[in-house]
Amino acid sequence: MKLFDLSGRKTLDVASPVPFAEWKDSQQGTAISLPQDVEVEELHPYLGSLTLIVLEFPIFRDGRAFTQARSLREYEGYEGEIRASGHLLPDQAIHLRRCGFDSVALSEDANVKDWEEQLGRYQFYYQNTAVSPA
Amino acid sequence: MTQPASRSVGHYQYEERDRVFLQERINEFEGQVRRRLSGELGEEEFKPLRLMNGVYLQLHAYMLRVAIPYGVLDSRQLHKLADIAAKYDRNYGHFTTRQNIQFNWIALKDVPTILRELAEVDMHAIQTSGNCIRNVTSDEFAGAAKDELMDPRIHAEIVRQWSTLHPEFTFLPRKFKIAISGSPEDRVAARFHDIGLLARPGENGPLFRLFVGGGLGRTPVVGRELFDSVKEEDLIATLEAVLRVYNAFGRRDNLYKARIKILVQTIGLEAFRTAVEEELGRMDCAAYRLTPEHVAQIRARFALPDLKAPADAADVLEQHKKADPAFARWVASNTHPHQDEGHVCAVISLKTPGDIPGDVTVEQMHGLADLSERLSFGEVRVTHLQNLVFGHVRKDQLHELWQGLKALGLAAPNVGLISDIVSCPGLDYCNLANARSLPLAQKLGARFGDAALQAEIGTLSIHMSGCINACGHHHVGNIGLLGVDKRGAETYQILLGGDAGEQAAIGGILGPSFAEDEAVDAVARIVEFYLGQRQKGETFSAMLKRCGLKAFKEVAYETV
Repeated sequence: MKLFDLSGRKTLDVASPVPFAEWKDSQQGTAISLPQDVEVEELHPYLGSLTLIVLEFPIFRDGRAFTQARSLREYEGYEGEIRASGHLLPDQAIHLRRCGFDSVALSEDANVKDWEEQLGRYQFYYQNTAVSPA
Repeated sequence: MTQPASRSVGHYQYEERDRVFLQERINEFEGQVRRRLSGELGEEEFKPLRLMNGVYLQLHAYMLRVAIPYGVLDSRQLHKLADIAAKYDRNYGHFTTRQNIQFNWIALKDVPTILRELAEVDMHAIQTSGNCIRNVTSDEFAGAAKDELMDPRIHAEIVRQWSTLHPEFTFLPRKFKIAISGSPEDRVAARFHDIGLLARPGENGPLFRLFVGGGLGRTPVVGRELFDSVKEEDLIATLEAVLRVYNAFGRRDNLYKARIKILVQTIGLEAFRTAVEEELGRMDCAAYRLTPEHVAQIRARFALPDLKAPADAADVLEQHKKADPAFARWVASNTHPHQDEGHVCAVISLKTPGDIPGDVTVEQMHGLADLSERLSFGEVRVTHLQNLVFGHVRKDQLHELWQGLKALGLAAPNVGLISDIVSCPGLDYCNLANARSLPLAQKLGARFGDAALQAEIGTLSIHMSGCINACGHHHVGNIGLLGVDKRGAETYQILLGGDAGEQAAIGGILGPSFAEDEAVDAVARIVEFYLGQRQKGETFSAMLKRCGLKAFKEVAYETV
């Protein structure tokens, strides 16, 4: 795995984030992963002790994690790192960043150049988001 | 009265940043095509990306669907569409029920070049397909109709901009369609959209009645009223909230249950409303507030037509009608009252009986663009019933327009009448279809082509879809036709009693399906029955209610 930085924040080097369902019992460590069908409200009591939340994309077409990330930032005020993991395309770089993701976990053979190019693609956007104004 | 070509009256005028944005979007798509052609991107990954830029793979070729936001074109754009049809397609284009235009014979490698040509006239194919917020549609008589409460185009443009490349709502469970009208008479089928907005002026600014969860397709549903009066400043926040709930909770395990209508049905309107209100309660509303300044900025980029007509314009029109009964018949069916006494809205039928509904040739496109420059401020609108509209025609110049249309073969006097048939492209083009739509639409058009017969029948709509995805909106036709596969044969079901407007209704299925020619005969018997049994002034839907579906069924299956 190699990490691609979306937001300019220094990404955390965590080998294996703990699935949230497991982590809830032990609350060991500060990095968790969250499947797309869990509402981020469930994280509310624990956010203070988390530094990395990895949101899963089982397939790139499944966009629920965009709403999860944006909710974490806008509703929960979470300021730690949010990472995207799973099946993602470089074409989604801007969507990820603008919804509040900081980093993407890519496979070793991923073409980082495509991701970099995509991040610099647009000079402005048509809509405000709570995370990144237009 | 001539208008500078760059200053069309009907739509938002691009500024520099909008043009830069289009170039950046084309660069992005060009890169995607390159990665596809090199094999870096597989078809599974490329498909959603190309769809979001309007590129479909049909039965025989790629199809490009070009966006016409809220259905308004200017003459230079129409000339450009004609040029593209001539250069990259087979000399025609097809206007769709979502106010877009499709080119059916496009080579993938040409698409980036075509997009650059479109961008020269401030056009694009962004979000005309894919599981994202689609091109927003509106009333074809916007800013012109006598009965209008509020011009919906300003807010349609605001919604267009807000939805363009929205970072959170680009990978939705399924497509998402928004329509907006500003008239008490619903001309956009607001109750058959994922979100339908009916705008009206309020004491402290515009108010929006918001319907949610309507749609056709496999599961036709009449949309429900989510909010009666959304304030203008809350419009974007409210759209955000609805989409957030949908993106989080819409089904993704079954393509056919993924539209928002299924979510609203499953959890119920009240629970859905509660969820939306909870989002609104948590949202940083200042970030999403639609300010009066922003609305004013967008409004300022719409030019208004200078509606000056001679005092005797209406009298001249009456004289023309008296002198020419064929013209009078066209005026009766193909015009709509305008806010200004000296003007009228003219509807140009793309349903010449026997021709393919919604198709226009290169010559016709150029001809229409020229006519619009001369007679309607260089502005042309596309209707959701696949016709065109000149929004502001001087009454004393209407005869000149009609003559111009006759020369182009576009003067069919049948708008709203039985041969004004709405149809999807069907199995001739589409790989989803069970049956061909166009030949049946053509045969029905020819069967009822006689102008006197059509006038006698009066207002009656036929909608035709080649499969249950319902692109021809067969559920809302007074008479609906649906192509079904019956052991390998193309056959057609008949539905009766649909209505897309204020009296929104979904048609009822009559019975077993018919072969193509039998279907034409059955429709003919149904219409004959209506003519024989209707009471004075009774509409088809009213008579159907009075007599019941069974009576019509007996007639339809009489000789089969």
